Amino acid sequence: MTSAIALNGVRKDFGTFTALSNVSFDIKDNEFFTLLGPSGCGKTTLLRLIAGFEDTTAGTIHLYGEEIENLPPNKRPVNTVFQNYALFPHMNVAENIGFALKMLGWPKADITLRVAEMVEMVQLGQFVHRKPSQLSGGQQQRVALARAMAPKPKVLLLDEPLSALDLKLRQEMRTELKRLQRETGITFIFVTHDQEEALSMSDRIAVMSSGAVQQIGSPNQIYENPANRFVADFIGETNLIASRVDTADGMNVVCSLADGEVLTALANSPLGPGATGVVSIRPESLTVTKTAPKGESLRGTLGDAVYFGTDTQYTVLLAQELTLKVRMQNQFIASQALAKGDPVFVSIADGAARFLVD
Amino acid sequence: MAAGTGSGRTVSATFSPVRGWLLLPSWLVIGIFLLVPVLLMLVYSFLTKEFRGGVIWEFSLAAYDQFVFDRGLFGDDPPTIEWAYITIFVRSILQALGATVLCLLIGFPTAYFIATRPANTRAIWLFLVTIPYWVNLLIRTVSMKFLIRDNGPLNEALLAIGVIDAPLQLINTNFAVQLGLFYSYLPFMVLPIYASVERYNFALSEAASDLYAPKWTILRSILLPVVMPGIIAGCILVFVPSLGAFLAPDLLGGAKTFMIGSLIEEQFKGNAGNWPFGAAASMILLSMVLVVLLFYARAQSREQT
Amino acid sequence: MDRRFDIKHYQGFLAITCLCLFILYAPLIIVMIYSFNDSASITNWGGFSLRWYADVFTGPESEKFKLAAWNSLSIAVMAATVATIVATAAAIGMIRGGQFRGKSVSFALISLPIMVPEIVTAVSTLIFFSTIGFKLGTLSILVAHIVFCIPFAYLPISARLQGIEASYEEAAQDLYADRWRTFRYVLMPIMWPGILSGFLLAFIISLDDFIITNFIKGAGIETLPTAIFGSVKQGIKPNIMALSTLLLLFSIALVTLSYFIGKRGQEPYPTD
Repeated sequence: MTSAIALNGVRKDFGTFTALSNVSFDIKDNEFFTLLGPSGCGKTTLLRLIAGFEDTTAGTIHLYGEEIENLPPNKRPVNTVFQNYALFPHMNVAENIGFALKMLGWPKADITLRVAEMVEMVQLGQFVHRKPSQLSGGQQQRVALARAMAPKPKVLLLDEPLSALDLKLRQEMRTELKRLQRETGITFIFVTHDQEEALSMSDRIAVMSSGAVQQIGSPNQIYENPANRFVADFIGETNLIASRVDTADGMNVVCSLADGEVLTALANSPLGPGATGVVSIRPESLTVTKTAPKGESLRGTLGDAVYFGTDTQYTVLLAQELTLKVRMQNQFIASQALAKGDPVFVSIADGAARFLVD
Repeated sequence: MAAGTGSGRTVSATFSPVRGWLLLPSWLVIGIFLLVPVLLMLVYSFLTKEFRGGVIWEFSLAAYDQFVFDRGLFGDDPPTIEWAYITIFVRSILQALGATVLCLLIGFPTAYFIATRPANTRAIWLFLVTIPYWVNLLIRTVSMKFLIRDNGPLNEALLAIGVIDAPLQLINTNFAVQLGLFYSYLPFMVLPIYASVERYNFALSEAASDLYAPKWTILRSILLPVVMPGIIAGCILVFVPSLGAFLAPDLLGGAKTFMIGSLIEEQFKGNAGNWPFGAAASMILLSMVLVVLLFYARAQSREQT
Repeated sequence: MDRRFDIKHYQGFLAITCLCLFILYAPLIIVMIYSFNDSASITNWGGFSLRWYADVFTGPESEKFKLAAWNSLSIAVMAATVATIVATAAAIGMIRGGQFRGKSVSFALISLPIMVPEIVTAVSTLIFFSTIGFKLGTLSILVAHIVFCIPFAYLPISARLQGIEASYEEAAQDLYADRWRTFRYVLMPIMWPGILSGFLLAFIISLDDFIITNFIKGAGIETLPTAIFGSVKQGIKPNIMALSTLLLLFSIALVTLSYFIGKRGQEPYPTD
């Protein structure tokens, strides 16, 4: 099956500033694909390159096998949902939704039919004659969605469409968007800086930083097996401890920390002894106990505790000024009487530690 | 106020492929009908005058020479300084400066006052100040003339109150011209200062006050420097048109209050005119204006670095 | 708030503001009052009367004034229309045309008519027309008016365009509109208050122009300002004051109209 979007060596410079450097990857047909990263990472620039609002400095973009990077935006069968919706203020909902169809020269009857379909899809039946200024944020968002989907694009681009909505609405829309993608089978390319959104909605995620793609994978892969320090740190919370490889057996490494303690971890690629990097362990993979547990553990002193309702986050001070964040569900803590200052053991869940080269 | 929803970008390249076509009409119209004429006028100032108006296409510096030197009736006397024209230029500069100062004295407090009104009344005050500008300058100058002439309402009122015994000779004086210039261009001083003060953050004044500064000191050392760009813009907007003004000196002044504008106009009326001389006078005026604008532009760009 | 504690309050500024407004309006109001003067003498008050207004429309000079008014209005409409079209195109080219080398030169050229003193413009235009043998008359006036109307139309149009976000046009293009249709269906409807303001501003400027028109109009033609000037040179007569009052009120009406159109264009657009 031809990829929906194939990017090859895509580069974008703005004067002396490189916004995107050598981006190459494919997005599959019928996929909910997310571009995730902090602001300035280039995700919006990449989206705009695909839409056609910027020219590539170098590289090619293929849409289902056809080269599009030299086409103006109005000749590319992709449509965009803008971050601030960009609904035409002088047209009502129906006119906004039907705009592309009018531009494409659809017969009036067909336009009316399709607009009705889209209005039904986003459930804005009673608002068809309203102007955007008379709609709420959530309603405007749905009009923007309907407008972009009306002309049956091959790929739908969504530029942080939920960022302007309040939390509850955002969560509702996440489910909505996911459902829409599944039902229509259109490839969605979704841009966000919110990793929770990315993890909960996507089939695959491309994590970006400083104009380059750091890792592409399913939400599970990204979370469990981050490719590098940036990804580990950006997605969820993690402890990053500087360490050096002592011995290696394929991807399993034994490494020592600054204070001399030794851990086993899983690397992304075969490494040799002496390689330096960081060990990444998610706080929820750690457990604090007063008595020494079976298997590997680190020794330290219990620091502050922050209560979160379902769980508590502890800070544990190890030797050499290393600190660990540990997150434990409260039902498991109640049995031990843990107090600040107590000497404790921190044990790591099997296979949870990752060794990442910087 | 931006029409949009917050992404902010308002300059784009959407129409760049056709921008040549879009800009062509304005380039053509202004290029052909203003730029070329001004250049042509520059050429004319170096030509010889024709006796009945118009020019002979023969190079000559006579026009410029005439400003400074008097070479007698036939042009071969030893040159003596011709003060008449120099006086006219100096007078124009002084009048323009005077008008600027007057406008500043009245305009700054007005602009400040309006800018510190609450939002809803502010618009009304502003509207009131701008309306007179929209009345034809000719009519405004005529009405000023009507007001201050010898047996006009102003003198009548003053006589009636008993402040004076005989009507004030206001018309045909330098004072009248000054008044006319001030009256013509006052809104140009008020508006830029208003814009600057309106953007001024009064928290600065409050901070200064918190640090024991008295009010007028705050005005002088804190507000004024911040608002200076608006003040300078206002001064330029009054000074430049005043320099080349025609209506105020013509209607309100007389032979003794001749300014550059009247001098130039005289050269092109009827058969007694001297076209190259008029062109030369215009070039001198234009140069003065360009110098002022250049200084302003340079000061602006220095501000921004 | 007690005046002493209001950080914004300065003693005497209100007085000066009132003085300023008084100075601005006094001459105009005096003229308006005297235009209703029944007496033929402009110095004595003879009672309230509309006779001078009647004189403007039906008296001995009325034909001259009517013709002048017609000239002024028709020239103003044509000049403003052409100037507005040229200025709209220029604004789009400057603000939506991306960065290009001649940009600041273009802007300087567009603003040139405002920066050159009027008398210099008048003289150079006269010289130009005379050199190329362009006959002086209505057409010469029209051409000159178009030139100095362009920057005045440009100002509100470009101000309005600069306040419109680029995302609307991007959305239009994303939805398959080409450049012309993007302008026609999306950009122009949102821009129109600015375009209308520009037209009105150009119209008023053309209507009011005296110096340039006086220089290049040739012998046979009068516009309203030149006719008034010619009449005033012979002495201020009451019918001139009536005419002035009419023009005054007309200008104010136009400005008020332009103001309300401008306000309408400021109505908030969809935000959250």
